[in-house]
Parts: sequence; structure tokens; C-alpha cells
Amino acid sequence: MADTFTVHLKIWRQDGPEQPGKLVDYTLDKVNEHMSFLEMLDVLNEEIVAEGKEEPIEFDYDCREGICGSCNLVINGRAHGPKDMTCTCQLHMRNFSDGDTIVIEPFRAKAFPVIKDLVVDRSAFDRIIEAGGYVSVKTGSAPDANSIPIDKTVADTAFDYATCIGCGACVAACPNSSASLFTGAKLAHLNRLPQGEPERKKRTVAMVEQMEEEGFGDCSNYAECEAVCPKGISISAIAEMRRNYVKATLAGTEA
Amino acid sequence: MPSFLDALKSQVGRKILTGVTGVGLIIFIIFHLATNLQVFGDVHAFNEAAHALESMGWLLYVLEAGLAIAFLLHAYVGISIWWNRRKARPEGYEKYQSKGGSSHMSWASRSMIFTGIVLLVFLVIHIDTFKFGATEMVTLPGGEEARDLKGLMLSTFQQPLYAFGYTAVMILLGFHLGHGFWSAFTSLTMKHNKYSALIYTVGVIFAVLMAVGFLFIPLYIYFGEGCEAALILCQ
Repeated sequence: MADTFTVHLKIWRQDGPEQPGKLVDYTLDKVNEHMSFLEMLDVLNEEIVAEGKEEPIEFDYDCREGICGSCNLVINGRAHGPKDMTCTCQLHMRNFSDGDTIVIEPFRAKAFPVIKDLVVDRSAFDRIIEAGGYVSVKTGSAPDANSIPIDKTVADTAFDYATCIGCGACVAACPNSSASLFTGAKLAHLNRLPQGEPERKKRTVAMVEQMEEEGFGDCSNYAECEAVCPKGISISAIAEMRRNYVKATLAGTEA
Repeated sequence: MPSFLDALKSQVGRKILTGVTGVGLIIFIIFHLATNLQVFGDVHAFNEAAHALESMGWLLYVLEAGLAIAFLLHAYVGISIWWNRRKARPEGYEKYQSKGGSSHMSWASRSMIFTGIVLLVFLVIHIDTFKFGATEMVTLPGGEEARDLKGLMLSTFQQPLYAFGYTAVMILLGFHLGHGFWSAFTSLTMKHNKYSALIYTVGVIFAVLMAVGFLFIPLYIYFGEGCEAALILCQ
């Protein structure tokens, strides 16, 4: 193939949660510019398996379509790599050049402990959702569409926040390991819709508390989270979270 | 629902506290600079302004207490955020870089803890030098006896350590404000909108104005070749 080139990889290898890890050097010379970043790792893993000296590199993925939020790599110091609004799985090797050295590390945060190699446990996000990321709807048959009138701009903005796929890049890129953008996006989505209104205050307080309990750091308004977010979620979500939190706690009433 | 105190201690509460105290401190330094610039006014203007402040009686104590609380809370919350940051990522990245674009990652934003601690230490020295520093007494045109703070200022900034030390710290103040001004708006729940970029730019301009305004005075005095060149400063 005409377009193949070589990259030098420094990949974080760690046998288990308690074992120390380190960067290991690999050189891959069959890289095609049309490969996705994960396909490049697949090819490397095939080589590793064929060689049989060490275990293949563990990394997370599911849909490989940029919508599931499973893939999570820090590539050359940036969560999801160099391209804007792109998940690791949608990043293509055409963004790299022959002879490049690429450092690949897991998302790092105390709340995201490494399980193995590049795979981290992001269940802290699930627990933030469990704390209040739901709405009290009747669980009968599906309700009629448009039975609750919602202004189009409200629905559109809620959808913008709902596009958060919970990948955790915001945490990975934040110097403080804050989960404010994730939590803020979930709150901004649910709090502005009539279906989410009944639990608005309770939800805001519960999710903010859970975020802190999981060991995520404070937000210092670096806005790096917005820059790395593959869905381009605005830090307005964080401002809105603060506004709702102040309203909820100053009001001091239940629910 | 959490109590008011618990809400203040939450991550959101801490941020609101940082923003509120930060805005208070910004208002304070605007007044501080305006007072300082009186040295370029009438011969007695600076001492008169200082004397007017010192003659405020109990109101001055209230303002000073408020200011002290704002400084201490701001510093306490800032240090606790830095402490949490260390705990939240025990193992750092081998390679880390900002993605740029809409990010506000900069030397200013990443060094808030450093510039903040320098400012805190500076504050102690500064209060010791000027608020509690020994001065001559002068008679103001109105007949009152007042501390000659202008004289203290002139003699202090003829010493290179003070002149350049103050200048360096004021540059750091500029960086602290460069991130702090914009950050306060977001902390106090302002959403991103068409004015966000404008507010950020205004913040940077404000930071530069404050830093230049403050550091101009020691440098002017130091390089004024004594009283001959700095005629307007000398009585």
C-alpha cells in the first residue's frame, strides 16, 4: 500500500489497579492514513498477539461511531487527541505523520481508577446519574408525542446538553479533575424541561454532592473541558449548575 | 437540603465564595490605585487622602475587617481548591497539553495558586511597611497633623529591593486578575453568551491597567533620579 507510514508509540501499560504502570515503546510501520486511531491499536495488538511475548494492550471501545462514550485515551497530552469535537474512535491516522511519536495514556483522576493498561473505571459518572439524573414520569405506555408543549429553543438547548456521552474527557483534561462539565450538562438537560422540573432542586443538590463524594476536584473555570469535549458542550452548563444550586439551597425547601 | 453553611462548603459554594470575595477585592484595589495615584496630584493630595481614610473612625475598622475577611476567605478557599486538585489526580500525565480553542488555560489560569500565595505574603510585608511603618508627621493645609505617608513612600521606593520587588509582585497581580476577573463572572453563574469574549478581554485590559498603574509608582520614584527629576512628587 502506498500510504503506509511508521509511528513510534509510547503506551501506558499497567497490569492491574494496584500494580505500578509505565510507558512502553512500540514502533508500528503498517499505519494507513485511513485507519482510525483504534484500528491502529488493533493492528498493533495483532502484532503483539502474533509475537506472543506479552499480553495485548487493553483499551475501551464500543460503538466506534463517536456516540457511546466508551473510548477514552489521552493522546499526546490531549483527551481524545488533537482534533476538535472528535472522539478517539473517530480520530483518523491521517492526523499524524510519518515518524511521529505518540504518547497514549489513560484518563487520569482518582475517581477514574485504572483497571488495566488504558482502561479506567468510570462508574463514578454512573453514580452521579443515579443520584438525580432521572425524571419522574409515569412508567406506563409511551406518552403521546407533543402532549407536553415545549418551546423549540428550550428543547434544542436541552438536546445540546443531552448530547453529552459521558466519556469523561472533561475530567481527564481538567487540571483539577473536576466533573463539573459532565454534571452540569446532565443538570442543564433535565432541569430546563418540564418533565425534569419536579425534581429540579433535589436533583441539583444530590448530583453536586455525589460529584464531590466521588473525589472529583473543584472547577477553576479553565474551560479546558469545553475545548476537549467531543460534543462541544458549553461551560454555560457549569454556570447553570451553580445558579440552580444557589436557588435550591437558598430556597431551603424540600424537593 | 443542605444547610446554608454546608452549601457554602460544597464545590459550588466554594466557587461562589471565591467569586464574591474576588469581586470585593477587585473593588478594593480600584480604590487603592485611585488613592495611590493621588501622589501625582497636589503636593498634599496623597497625605490628605490617607488622612481622610484614617479619620473615618469605626467605619474604617468595619471596612478593614471586611477586607481582612475577604482576603482570608479568598485565600483559604483557593488553597483548599489547590489541595483538592492534588488529591483528585494522584498520578499525573507524562505528557499534557491544552487543546486551545475555547480553553482559557494559560500561565495566568494555571498559576493562580502561585500568584495568590505570593500576593498573600506580599500583603503582610506591605501592611507592615506602610500601615505600621514609622513616619514623620506633617501639617496639612487644613491645619491637621497627619502621617507623612508620601514621604514614607518616596523613601521606601528609593530602595531597589522595594522598588523592584513591588514591581515584580504587581506583574503577578496582573496575571492573577487576568484569569480572576473573567473567572468571577463564571463563578457567579454568568452563562456563556455573546458577551463572554468581551468580558474576558475587558478582564485582561483591566488586569494590565491595574498592574501598570501600581508598578508605575515605585519605578517612577526609583528612576526619578531623586527629587530633581521627580519634581511633582517632592514637597
